[in-house]
Amino acid sequence: MLLFFEQLLNGVQLGVFLFLLAAGLTLIFGIMGVINLAHGSLYMAGAFASALALRLSGSFTLALIAAPLAAGLVGLAMEVIVIRRLYARDHLDQVLATFGLILFFNEIAAISFGRQPLFMNIPPALNSTVELLPGAPYPVYRLLIIIAGLLVAGLLYVLISRSRAGSLIRAGSTDQEMLSALGINVKMLFALVFAFGAMLAGFAGGLAGPLLSVEIGMGENILILTFVVIVIGGIGSIRGAFAGALLVGIADTLGRAFLPGLLKLMLPPAEADGIAAGLASMAIYILMAGILIWRPAGLFPPQGRSGA
Amino acid sequence: MTSKFILALAGGLLAAVSAQAADPVKIGMITTLSTGAGYLGQEVRDGFMLAVNEEGGKLGGVPVKVMVEDDGRKPGNGKQIAERFLKRDKVEIMTGVIFSNIAPVVAPMTLKAGAFYISPNAAPSTFAGKSCNQNYFAVAWQNDNLHETAGAQANGLGYKNAFILAPNYQAGKDALTGFKRFFKGKIVGETYVKLGQKDYAAEIAQIRAAKPDMVFHFLPGGMGIGFLKQYVQSGLKKTIPLVVSSVSMDHRIMTAVGDMAVGVRNSSHWNADFDNAANKAFVAGYQKAYGKMPTVFASQGYDTAKLIASALKATGGKVTADADGFRAALKKADFAAVRGDFKFGNNNHPVQSWVGRIVEKDSSGKLINRSTGVIWKDHQDAYAKDCPLK
Repeated sequence: MLLFFEQLLNGVQLGVFLFLLAAGLTLIFGIMGVINLAHGSLYMAGAFASALALRLSGSFTLALIAAPLAAGLVGLAMEVIVIRRLYARDHLDQVLATFGLILFFNEIAAISFGRQPLFMNIPPALNSTVELLPGAPYPVYRLLIIIAGLLVAGLLYVLISRSRAGSLIRAGSTDQEMLSALGINVKMLFALVFAFGAMLAGFAGGLAGPLLSVEIGMGENILILTFVVIVIGGIGSIRGAFAGALLVGIADTLGRAFLPGLLKLMLPPAEADGIAAGLASMAIYILMAGILIWRPAGLFPPQGRSGA
Repeated sequence: MTSKFILALAGGLLAAVSAQAADPVKIGMITTLSTGAGYLGQEVRDGFMLAVNEEGGKLGGVPVKVMVEDDGRKPGNGKQIAERFLKRDKVEIMTGVIFSNIAPVVAPMTLKAGAFYISPNAAPSTFAGKSCNQNYFAVAWQNDNLHETAGAQANGLGYKNAFILAPNYQAGKDALTGFKRFFKGKIVGETYVKLGQKDYAAEIAQIRAAKPDMVFHFLPGGMGIGFLKQYVQSGLKKTIPLVVSSVSMDHRIMTAVGDMAVGVRNSSHWNADFDNAANKAFVAGYQKAYGKMPTVFASQGYDTAKLIASALKATGGKVTADADGFRAALKKADFAAVRGDFKFGNNNHPVQSWVGRIVEKDSSGKLINRSTGVIWKDHQDAYAKDCPLK
């Protein structure tokens, strides 16, 4: 039971982490209609920026501030130089161009940081465990990720559904022409939304740095998971991204943790291990297929959109 | 027209004559220099070239030309480079391959062309048993040895049960099989993770629940670094020690993870602190040439070059021209290996000693791998008995 609780917490942690990435991606896709494969590169930019800031300043707080700032700036430049030209193009052109950006950013990182993974220490204050329930110690740092992720989710909710900026964003996703007719600078709005999505990705990268290794191509694996999340949640919906991220995080973690044990009840151990490893890595895709059969537009498709 | 023909003929003759006199022996090195695992190939290359440069461009007194190419860890690239090396450049010795997914492409091509294949690292079981080949030599090990030794070390440390994990691909499965071959205790958990997995929260929770005496893993490159960091954060490293193979705790990984590595047990056929003349000269020479500590991979590159040197010396620089002589000289392994005792078994794979190591801080605060004693003397691989070679 304790183990289940701990694994559930691990699942939630992976979930909120994925949410940080998915929120930006789903905003960009939902509002501008751009498939941004280079979203993972923004995540990588955040991780490298925080590693660099930590090395230069020695302060983890500064590193966590540097990550979204750097990623936001990179995102802004990316929007102005490349993405802006893609809004009117079809998805294939967008995929090609943003795939090219992945290669570009990977090489830039290799040239400036070398191919060796960078290493970030967790600040000593956070490098310990707490007992949430007696007998189930949990790393403080992972707890911090959960809290930070939930805070960002709350902030986003207020921002999107309660603020003027949020109403502009929602309006932009429904009817751009009307919005610009009302005197809103849609170009500027899009650039800012893109930079904001980039900041979220960069923040996720900064948080990931001490936990995983900061290396070239770190964004590509997680990008696939992120796409699964936004497809499950309904493309363009923040609420959907949150639900999808938690579902994927929990399904992936519990699958990895408990499938081998379950299969061992039915199969000989050697076969069970092999099959379970395969099934566990398929778990989230099975989940996605199941949800898409049930709700083809995802869990929470944004309202009022006339087919993308 | 005729004068041109005569000129060409003369040129050809001249080339043939000079080939006999001073043409260097061509050595093709296909290795992995890029990707996250690129340092492995760089170390092998640097170790190899150190031996060549010590002699001023010669090995065993014979001039050599070493051609180095990066395979980018992709078998397709390996194939292309091998074709070029064998057909256009006519290399007589092929070496350098790091990864066991590239060896099965490059080795058969080399052997078919009649050249010698001398591996400084990769040695999959395929070429150690029934399909061994008289012109195929593995200088480092047979892959399984790495993990077998970790199992034997765990016995020696008195661990009664273990939790083991590896990525879900062939080399990962081989690693866990290798560990279990000699480990006498009980396996309380055996987990396969995704290749390239970054987050190990779920696995670490399973380890905590299984309460093993120790954990063995084979997580190459960045995977192992991520695992170790998260393992330390979870607080488990204090209570459940790690016992791994040398490739999971070489000097590069150690520098990357810093103090977290302290106390990790690993095992190797070479260590920087080995007390023999050849090794002392190698470690000092390597540090002087490249300004860093050599890893086990550098030692393998160096030993490979020294082995080739010994054989070239014996045949006076003839390789394929005196294939029998060159082969016999290689098999004799008449050189001072930096790892100490070294000889080839019947299947042209090493019979050698393995030592335990532990990561510690030396008096100046630097991380080192300290040798803790011999685990095995004259250890051979499990496939040699299936090999028809004598």
